Amino acid sequence: MAVIEQLTQDFLRTKKLPHIWCPGCGNGIVTAALVRAIERADFDQKDVVIVSGIGCSSRAAGYLNFNTLHTTHGRALAFATGLKMARPELKLFVIMGDGDCSAIGGNHFIHSARRNIDLNAVIVNNHIYGMTGGQHSPLTPVGKKATTAPRGTLEREFDLLKLARGAGATFGARGIAAQPRQLEQLIARAAKHKGFSVVEALSPCPIAYGRRNKLGGAVEMLREMKDSSISVEKASSMDTSELEDKTLTGVLFSEEAPEFSEEYHKSINKENA
Amino acid sequence: MPESKPVLMQGNEACAVGAIHAGVRFYAGYPITPSTEVAEQMAARLPDVGGVFIQMEDEIAGMAAVIGASIGGLRAITATSGPGFSLKQENFGYAIMAEIPCVVVNVQRMGPSTGVPTAPAQGDMMQARWGTHGDHPVIAFSPASVYETYYLTIAAVNLSQKLRQPVLIMLDEVIGHMREKVSIPETGKLMVEKSSSNVPSDWKPYDEKGLTPLVPFGFGHYYHVTGLFHDQYGFPTGDPLQVERSLDRIHDKLKKYRDEIMFTNYIGHKEPRVAIVTYGCTVRSARAVVKKAYWQNRLPVGLLSLQTVWPFPDKEIEALAEQVDVIIVPEMNMGQIVGEVERYARGKAEVVPLNRYDGEMINPDQISEEVGRWLS
Ligand code: SF4
Repeated sequence: MAVIEQLTQDFLRTKKLPHIWCPGCGNGIVTAALVRAIERADFDQKDVVIVSGIGCSSRAAGYLNFNTLHTTHGRALAFATGLKMARPELKLFVIMGDGDCSAIGGNHFIHSARRNIDLNAVIVNNHIYGMTGGQHSPLTPVGKKATTAPRGTLEREFDLLKLARGAGATFGARGIAAQPRQLEQLIARAAKHKGFSVVEALSPCPIAYGRRNKLGGAVEMLREMKDSSISVEKASSMDTSELEDKTLTGVLFSEEAPEFSEEYHKSINKENA
Repeated sequence: MPESKPVLMQGNEACAVGAIHAGVRFYAGYPITPSTEVAEQMAARLPDVGGVFIQMEDEIAGMAAVIGASIGGLRAITATSGPGFSLKQENFGYAIMAEIPCVVVNVQRMGPSTGVPTAPAQGDMMQARWGTHGDHPVIAFSPASVYETYYLTIAAVNLSQKLRQPVLIMLDEVIGHMREKVSIPETGKLMVEKSSSNVPSDWKPYDEKGLTPLVPFGFGHYYHVTGLFHDQYGFPTGDPLQVERSLDRIHDKLKKYRDEIMFTNYIGHKEPRVAIVTYGCTVRSARAVVKKAYWQNRLPVGLLSLQTVWPFPDKEIEALAEQVDVIIVPEMNMGQIVGEVERYARGKAEVVPLNRYDGEMINPDQISEEVGRWLS
């Protein structure tokens, strides 16, 4: 079994622990993968900024020892856009939940993608609004139950990465909490990518989602997550019938395109700044 | 003062120029009548001074981006009008809570809702005070001329930086679109008070000992910024003592620096019997009345114009009420600030509202008529 080394204490606000998350929550795994990815990317600590929205996963910002900005619900990317334009040298990671990013924050998400601004969006997708107790989000799969969809939701869900790509994002990847190593590598690649990058991290919420949908506890949810996903590399040699009901993980797209903050700052007069 | 030359300028343009002269290097916003010229001027001018202009996807994002840029260390401004002002409220409250400096311009138009987009009004004065949720402090200026727009914008930017408090500029469609001859310095470099990232090593973003300057992100001070109640390092807290202290903190700074915030101006008779209290474009009609009544006819009439509407000039009204029989409060709404005037007149003087809400300005005759009634 692979040994996962200790997280760099420098990047954690250990005094702020223990965290507020429920036992079995995937948020800790995703947060740890993010910290390791930042280490791997070898950025200067003072250049790194963590921006987050509102929701369970967005509380991660408070535990990370960087400049951290916990914003309003859905608006993390809009705050981050202002900060990045003001200070293009900073490396911004924007943590959002699925409801935060794709419902209330959907407009900022598509426009960040369109601008191809160099922000690293990390969307922790647990298919539910956890903090408010389990309401359905635009990423709740059809038929799944939520407090506001007691008979199962009839709404179709977004494919977040297709949405991002269609809107102009230049990097998109999906990882799962059940495979933290891969997730870490994906976030590290996103961090190095110039342009708007999206990493969707599937994460179990046994409390507000798993229980109501009889998905078992954290262990069962992680196992199911692993069993139902397949890497894009493996999937490339399989035919579509085999891939039905499978979730693709890995880098789904990576392209080059002009990055907005750089293009803007090239275009202005720096002498009088 | 640097050299100045007279130019013909619109209120919205004066606002943009004032902002740049005060060191603003960031604008984010969304197009809306009648504030759009502020954005257009910023889009034209900011690139020349190395600044950032960005048109955001919506009003909410405009407010958010301004706060983000300010945390990055750039002086930042946004402009909007009624419907957009409503949309900005949540993040405006965030800036108050997190003590992030920024300036928000509302060129008021006739509402509610879409209303009459091109007609002037002063209907958002109470929204300016209470538009965002929770018990928060607000600073709001209301210019009555193009030149006042210029210098109040500069004051707003500097005050916002100093107090780490967002400041509102409550323009109206009349002042925003009106052109006047103004003399303004060619460069505003003198008007910028520089902020610094050189702070003592025990710097705390929300020091309980009092106001500290904001150290922008990216300089190795790893603090947290949140809209949650927070301790002196910015970390969330629900401790009743800290919550109360936090709320007191954001209110107390406005009380402490009251003298630097409060701009009012009195013209007219030394011992008036009839006073007019107003703000924004309505000051212009009131001034015409005082000119005739006092300067020409020596009648005991005066005008107290409020450049600062929030925090409300309570002491100034109290003092005025001691002197006069009546205070007339003309406003282009159904009566908003008149309630505050009444509150601080404390029954010492009669307080009379004078309202117009048909999308037209209150003219001097309307005010004269009311003044005349009280003089006879
Ligand atoms: S409600 Fe769900 S997402 Fe929120 S902390 Fe608990 S397990 Fe995690």
